[in-house]
Amino acid sequence: MIVRHRIKPQTYFDSVTLMLIGTELKKMAGVGNAVVGMGTDYNIDSLKRLDMYSTEFDAVTPADLVLAVQATDATVADAALTAAEDLLKRRKAKSGPGASYTPTSQEGGAKQLPDANMVVISVPGQFAARETEIALEAGRHVMLFSDNVSIDDELRLKEMAVRRNLLVMGPDCGTAIINQVPLAFANVVKPGPIGLVAASGTGLQEVTALITRLGSGITQAIGVGGRDLSEKIGGRMTLLAAQALADDPQTKVIVLISKPPAPKVVEALFAKLKAVGKPVVVYFIGADPQTITKAGFQAAANLEDAALQACRLAGGKALRPLLADDEIKARAAAVTLPGRHLRALYSGGTLCDEAQRLLQGTLPEIWSNTPVAGCKNLDDPFQSKGNCIVDLGDDTFTRGRAHPMIDPAYRQERLVKEAADPEVGMIAFDVVLGFGSHPDMAGEMAAAVRQARQQSGRSPVFAATILGTEGDPQNLAKQQTTLADAGVVTFPSNVSLVKFIQHVFARKG
Amino acid sequence: MASLNNLFTSPVKVINVGLASFFADLKSQGVTAVQVDWQPPAGGNAKVAALLDRVRRWQTLVRAGKE
Repeated sequence: MIVRHRIKPQTYFDSVTLMLIGTELKKMAGVGNAVVGMGTDYNIDSLKRLDMYSTEFDAVTPADLVLAVQATDATVADAALTAAEDLLKRRKAKSGPGASYTPTSQEGGAKQLPDANMVVISVPGQFAARETEIALEAGRHVMLFSDNVSIDDELRLKEMAVRRNLLVMGPDCGTAIINQVPLAFANVVKPGPIGLVAASGTGLQEVTALITRLGSGITQAIGVGGRDLSEKIGGRMTLLAAQALADDPQTKVIVLISKPPAPKVVEALFAKLKAVGKPVVVYFIGADPQTITKAGFQAAANLEDAALQACRLAGGKALRPLLADDEIKARAAAVTLPGRHLRALYSGGTLCDEAQRLLQGTLPEIWSNTPVAGCKNLDDPFQSKGNCIVDLGDDTFTRGRAHPMIDPAYRQERLVKEAADPEVGMIAFDVVLGFGSHPDMAGEMAAAVRQARQQSGRSPVFAATILGTEGDPQNLAKQQTTLADAGVVTFPSNVSLVKFIQHVFARKG
Repeated sequence: MASLNNLFTSPVKVINVGLASFFADLKSQGVTAVQVDWQPPAGGNAKVAALLDRVRRWQTLVRAGKE
């Protein structure tokens, strides 16, 4: 294998565009690896780690585009680099000349839309704090999608925001719905009486989608970023958002979803929630629900339960899960496991976490790249063993590759590989619909399932949860049919998928 | 200055700084939005960018003082 490089000085493209082009190059015959990215410290480190670094890269800046291809010979590598440049040119042509003037700075954007009240920021982490500061200085709320923002910057920005009564949703916040507008990765929900605050992106998507499918609706869904309830950040945004929902006359019920907060933060949070004067459902993922009920709030046992309880409090009547236990049992009774192990390939981190927690009583040993208490750390995240529940959205898998909700390539490859393992009885996965996500993930996964069956000659059970609503651009019903046609058993919530797994594996054991 | 609860009663108007797909999603829903074809500040030169930030912060303080 040889490595060839190119540098395009002062040429900027966003990370998703570049990663998708990198994926295209990797598919070319003779190409071993490809990196297409901006000259950030992170990308330079990745190149060094992959043995694809060249001293030509010594002087690049984050404003320069770097391309590196590892291939069987120089002709293949050069062809791949030229293909990459062609793809980039086409990309520029799409958004470039001919279209009306596109500003290149936030200040320029503000001149075009002076009464904007929200800035969505998804630039590389090292520049994200700067853009947030500019937005806050101008009195605008921020959804901060970027990750790799330091906790010191987060604290400084959130202090600044609280002083101005402005939201900073993030950093690393993937989901928010403000006035029915889904921002970044979010679903099309119905309006209704339930307001949510969450330090978990997929958790927020699952609960808002389920609330809509249960017939109720949302006022606001405010993401705060995974670290907001840490001791250092002190829940600054959660407290501000909870107060805003308390003051909002449209919001009748409040839902809070987070990892268990730092002990010092819990007291202030509970005091704030008590003063709200509205019913509050709390789901601290993996925490003892008694600490919540003792404090006088409704404790949810899981994400689906959070949606059910919120709907009950909003509508005054008890609701049933979307899929009855009897139906789940019937589906479980209809399948046969050709092997004894489960392999679950998640794109949503909180869903992966939830599956691990709920399956510990059923499966003797669970391995994961993101193990919760009681599960075991998978030494090599790229190689499953035993019962394995993997979060493919974790940083390990997204270095130089777009998130699995956008780019199905690695998950498809992994699914085919798992199916060939004679020990594997079931392969489970999630399909996350909504804005931001792939336009046809069910189609991509169905194709992988067919390929897996054909290549392995085996028929493990394929089961999936579909997170989404009827209003989502992918069309929920169509996505369900696509998976069902490929022989995948589908479920309307992660909890119902987990119950199915429990029934199937308990029966076998 | 927009207060938090004004946000809940006014249409969301977005400046999207970064991923173009987020802008496309907003436009497809009829949300008022403007796309910023973001470029690293000062051509990626961190020292110059830091200097520009100091100037910007100073200008903001001066403006706030005048108000």
